[in-house]
Amino acid sequence: MPEKSFEVFPRSPKKTYGLMELVKGTNPSVEKEPEDTIFTWPNLFYIEFIMALAITALLLFLSLYVQAPLEEEASTDTTPNPMKAPWYFLGLQELLVFFDPWIAGVTLPVLIMIGLMLIPFLDVNPKGKGYYTFSERKFAVTNYSFGMGLWLVLIVIGVWLRGLDWNWYWFWENGHVHKPVVAGLRDLPVMLSKGLGVSDSAGKAISDLMLFAYFVIGLVIPAVLFKDFFKRLGLLRYVTTMVMFLIMVGIPIKIALRLVFSIKYAIITPWFKI
Amino acid sequence: MSKLMNRISDWVTSTPFWKAVFRHGYEDTPRNRALTTFSNVLYHLHPVKTRRESIKIRYTWCMGGTSLLLFVILSVTGVLLMFYYVPDARRAYQDIKDIMTVVSFGTTFRNVHRLAAHGMVFTVWVHMTRVFLTGAYKPPREFNWIIGVLLLVLTLLLSWTGYLLPWDQLALWAITVGTKMAAATPFFGVEGPFAPELGIRPDNDVKFMLLGGTEVGQNALLRFYVLHCVVLPLFVVVFLAVHFWRVRKDGFSGPL
Repeated sequence: MPEKSFEVFPRSPKKTYGLMELVKGTNPSVEKEPEDTIFTWPNLFYIEFIMALAITALLLFLSLYVQAPLEEEASTDTTPNPMKAPWYFLGLQELLVFFDPWIAGVTLPVLIMIGLMLIPFLDVNPKGKGYYTFSERKFAVTNYSFGMGLWLVLIVIGVWLRGLDWNWYWFWENGHVHKPVVAGLRDLPVMLSKGLGVSDSAGKAISDLMLFAYFVIGLVIPAVLFKDFFKRLGLLRYVTTMVMFLIMVGIPIKIALRLVFSIKYAIITPWFKI
Repeated sequence: MSKLMNRISDWVTSTPFWKAVFRHGYEDTPRNRALTTFSNVLYHLHPVKTRRESIKIRYTWCMGGTSLLLFVILSVTGVLLMFYYVPDARRAYQDIKDIMTVVSFGTTFRNVHRLAAHGMVFTVWVHMTRVFLTGAYKPPREFNWIIGVLLLVLTLLLSWTGYLLPWDQLALWAITVGTKMAAATPFFGVEGPFAPELGIRPDNDVKFMLLGGTEVGQNALLRFYVLHCVVLPLFVVVFLAVHFWRVRKDGFSGPL
């Protein structure tokens, strides 16, 4: 019996055919690059379903033991001491010790949000997409960790270490005894004019210059030291990145000025003080 | 008996109603696995196939999904609490007391609502950290990162507006601290820089707008209630829709 041959699919004489790749699988993968995929059902949906069950169970279990607080009815007659915002805002409330409310409560949170939104447009490093890495994006990861760490430390201080009159109370200290008021905070312009023996306005001018110099030096030095970094980012991205960075680093610097030199304000203008 | 059961199940699964609801067979075949996603509403959230590495828990930490789950739990428990709560400064506190003492499972729902709210602030935060550390905001996902930051802000605002509703001392003074900061807004707050030059007074600044008055009272309670239960959740739902649609279009990040 002659072998009967037939074509599985008719070939077009105008085209050339080639076997691209043989892969193990249960379904055809046409016009796709080789990829390691699995079915979403059940693989991913099971993870989500089990997580949902676990989280719900955890919440119900915790709700038996962690009671939502309810204090006395709201009354403007008695002011609690200290009055605290919810924990996620205590980082900002803690900054009120070191900054005026218009910075700590409004300007900084707005800058943080704008800064976060700008991240994808400032970070031009194509590496480190889709996997964890530190070595390929040291600056980005260090920056984020620093900001997040600062935020967390301030929250921890606000939640656990601040007591009466927003004073610092260690865990072993009696939280019901008021601490003596510490006097003697000074302003940097006054310190400068007294220390250098110059006029008040000269002291102010020097302190303004110091802030100006902080930003100028902070912008110029890294551009000179890390030329590649500057070139990769371009002027606009570089300036935005560094100004955001310098503001962020400026926060612990101001905190240090207050704690080490008892400086209340570094900059004094008729409209605002920093 | 088992024959009878088989006949019944054959009949049930052959009815037009069954076929209208379930569009594919139950048998575990690659075709049915694909159809489960493809022919269902689930297709809006996930593709038929996903990369093996990008759904590992050690990569995702499950934090985005958990945030969504907590939002759903908050919506459900929140609606239940709304049945018993009236945003009237004269009775709001007593309503909470009722929820905790006479309403069946009221304490549970209140506790779960509070824990989920604090939890959501935490999980959204951790989700953002995960996305940052895996560079998942890099092209083509830049805009979705912005949506994510907006969702973080909305989460914080939702949690904060809910803080006032129990109308106890904790609530009143926490919101007092917060709105004091609003009064210090540059240009728009009465105590902020450049505000006097713009003619900002205590009765027309941003704090007044937020509270409906110069101090936390009935108007503030009503405003926070409406923001907490209607306005902000609506915004969250809209942004979530965009957030998920973008994830769906760009695919999960993750190693190839």
